[in-house]
Amino acid sequence: MSGSEQESIHRATQQDTHLGIHRAIERVARESYGRLVAYLCAQTRDVASAEDALSNALIAALETWPRDGVPQNPEAWLLTAARRSFIDLVRHRKVAEASEPTLALLREESNDMTLSPEFPDERLKLLFVCAHPAIDRVMHTPLMLQTVLGLDAARIAGAFLISPTTMGQRLVRAKTKIRDAGIRFEIPDERELPERLDAVLEAIYAAFGIGWDDMAGVDQRGRDLAEEAIWLARVLLQLMPGEAEVHGLLALMLHCEARRAARRGPDGRYVPLSEQDCQKWSSLLIKEAEQHLAEASSRGRAGRFQLEAAIQSVHAERARSGGIEWKAIVMFYEQLIRISPTVGTRTGYAAAVAEDKGAETGLAALDDIDGDEISVYQPYWAVRAHVLQRLGRTPETLDAFDRAIGLTEDPAVRQFLLQRRG
Amino acid sequence: MQFALLIFEPPEAFAARNADENDPYLGAWRAYHKAIVEAGIFVGGNPLQAPETGTTVRLKNGKRRVQDGPFADTKEQLGGFTILELPSLDAALEWAARCPAASIGAVEVRPVSSEYLCRVTG
Repeated sequence: MSGSEQESIHRATQQDTHLGIHRAIERVARESYGRLVAYLCAQTRDVASAEDALSNALIAALETWPRDGVPQNPEAWLLTAARRSFIDLVRHRKVAEASEPTLALLREESNDMTLSPEFPDERLKLLFVCAHPAIDRVMHTPLMLQTVLGLDAARIAGAFLISPTTMGQRLVRAKTKIRDAGIRFEIPDERELPERLDAVLEAIYAAFGIGWDDMAGVDQRGRDLAEEAIWLARVLLQLMPGEAEVHGLLALMLHCEARRAARRGPDGRYVPLSEQDCQKWSSLLIKEAEQHLAEASSRGRAGRFQLEAAIQSVHAERARSGGIEWKAIVMFYEQLIRISPTVGTRTGYAAAVAEDKGAETGLAALDDIDGDEISVYQPYWAVRAHVLQRLGRTPETLDAFDRAIGLTEDPAVRQFLLQRRG
Repeated sequence: MQFALLIFEPPEAFAARNADENDPYLGAWRAYHKAIVEAGIFVGGNPLQAPETGTTVRLKNGKRRVQDGPFADTKEQLGGFTILELPSLDAALEWAARCPAASIGAVEVRPVSSEYLCRVTG
């Protein structure tokens, strides 16, 4: 955190009344949580105890700050309190046997009351640990949301459609594995970096929600985590400002986020991207997205997220030109398929081809996609329904609409498709 | 593994059972049914008539007690059930979320107890 940010927090907290102390603590927790957990973890490798120690420190803050006032450096105060709590936790639970030297270090540091507010930012290591290949892929995102942002298991569970108890258990298991399996808190070396970074980016994007702007593939689950994902990407960018794909991911998410207000009509009905009122798009977010995309392409290494962001950028261009340059979108999809030939990418490509070269060619592109994976992939059926409808093939069209409707979770999208189906 | 999706619906949904062919809720159910059949996971299930058509029987101290209406007096009532063959609870929750009743009522997911079935059927 920069000096001026700290100062502004301090100034703001001074103005807070007694009632505002809670908000002050929330703000410090929000901004410092990940940094504090990451720092404690990097020293101890014990994620669960680090989190518990920090919660204890936050509880202590709730007790003492209203009485004594918010300390000059709230983050350092929390770190000192968390270190002490960590020592207590380890002593009582006898958690990690091998951590005696670590404990000695923590003990020494916690006695140092002149603690410098500058402690190393270890969040990047923590992000790489959360998306480590030894950790179950489906747990990468939940782990990040919990350890770096401090979200509770119940909220994460809802977003991922898992029961809160199960999510809690899976998080505990993953943290135990981090502690016991010898996963190191370090930045991967150059040879490993591209693949490892990809896992981190994927995990952040999964929090954002996949397929925001697909024809009808609005994924309900990720929606309420969109802001958290953008926050994570900003943290990552701060730590790796030179990585093109980090800029690409942020650009992609900002482009999608810019359209939030235009996605639903006043009556809550679903509005597909091509029919959205561009006046409702956030020009501020689009501008920021474009800056990141330019920054990414200046580095001359094309990647999946940059290409996806470029596709969104073409859509955003409609606000100025009034039209959509489908040829450019098709071209970006062709490049994207070479890097990542997923069902999602190929469905997007087919939809773009149908616009650029006609429904018949689009249908052929859809037919090229293999059967197994598409049977439960909703956007495929939505695109297929629209393409068939343009060709006027009624029985097949109705069937495709039914499949798309039946696989939809979002009532607004369901309503939209039912109307189109007629 | 088999999971039962217990479909809980508000009174409006039961009232809509008499609506015409173009009722969107009916349309959503048709599409959902088609999706589970096409996915090859549909085992069985049925909708139930409205809760007021229910009659509840119990024996108290050897005496028969018969009550008009459903067992539980709640706003949302059991409106049907679907049995699906799926590999995990995660997959079952996924299909429960797609169920048209999930956005207007609730869908409870319960594993079918094949173990107890064996003990009952012998």
